[in-house]
Amino acid sequence: MSFRQEHELHKRRFGRNLGLGVILAGLVALVFGLTVVKVSNDDFSVETQVSGGQN
Amino acid sequence: MTDASLNTASTQTGEAGFGDYFALLKPRVMTLVVFTALVGLLAAPVSVHPVVGFAAILFIAVGGGASGALNMWWDADIDAVMKRTARRPIPSGKVTGDEAFGIGMTLSAFSVVFLALATNWVAAGLLAFTIFFYVVIYSMWLKRWTPQNIVIGGAAGAFPPMIGWAAATGTVSIESVLMFALIFMWTPPHFWALALFMRSDYDEAGVPMLTVTHGRRSTRVHILVYTILLAALAIGTGFTAVGGPIYLAVAVVLNVMFLIGAVRIWRRDEVMAEADNYATEKKVFRLSLYYLFAHFGAIALEAGLAPFGFGGW
Repeated sequence: MSFRQEHELHKRRFGRNLGLGVILAGLVALVFGLTVVKVSNDDFSVETQVSGGQN
Repeated sequence: MTDASLNTASTQTGEAGFGDYFALLKPRVMTLVVFTALVGLLAAPVSVHPVVGFAAILFIAVGGGASGALNMWWDADIDAVMKRTARRPIPSGKVTGDEAFGIGMTLSAFSVVFLALATNWVAAGLLAFTIFFYVVIYSMWLKRWTPQNIVIGGAAGAFPPMIGWAAATGTVSIESVLMFALIFMWTPPHFWALALFMRSDYDEAGVPMLTVTHGRRSTRVHILVYTILLAALAIGTGFTAVGGPIYLAVAVVLNVMFLIGAVRIWRRDEVMAEADNYATEKKVFRLSLYYLFAHFGAIALEAGLAPFGFGGW
């Protein structure tokens, strides 16, 4: 037997927190995915030969 | 707050569930935003990485949802009066106005910045302008002031395909303006058909809909005139770069159907409408939903078939 009575309010709060947690996790995954795509883009490729003088 | 205090009778108010906050974003409107923005993105002549495309549509949807939350914050007094909107989160007491305002502003800034980072600043700028237009120009200014509220305010709902196109191309072009114009011209007859059979709602809320200010006869004439203009635009779009044989066939069939419906609405009076409980008006309203879905579906189909040698002209 639980010491604290489970109220409907607790379920609603849990649902809210869970929803927000899933959204934040999704956002992290999306930003990671975007980063991978962006850095894989040609714009970010390192030139193999540097033309011109150094300095 | 202690647990003991939670067991009192008044615990139902002020503690919204996740779904109540989600309802602030007007999910049904969001589906239209997602669909039309996706078509704008797909119809663009530039290929977009699927992850970037997904992110762009998501941030456009969040921006649209944010403007919905800000609209609910501003219009809570009207929503409480109208039967159709009385169960929204703010008038029903589940979410406070301040919460809706905070969520709306935060998500607006978030969606614009993230759309810029994921795609480009043209698309982000258009999204920011759309939110501004819907909340400030439409909700705060036009809606309670002029019976042309639906006509000008309809522009807010017309921007998503333009944003989708800009997310892919970084520009605004004639094709994206045509997609904008299609929704812009479709909105007035769509909403006025609704206003004809939801008359008491707008009357009681004091929103100056055309039905309230100019009468129902004038509204019927307006529906016909806008439908004729819409048909010319929709069929004309069939001959441009976003059109093609499939789109043209769909446009001709649906515009003939929509025109027949508009003529029927125009020929009816209130006695006839009340006799059959606004059956024709309701039918045209339902048709208008399929109308927009089919037109944008056809544009997407033309774009999807293009790589295989079909689609387009």
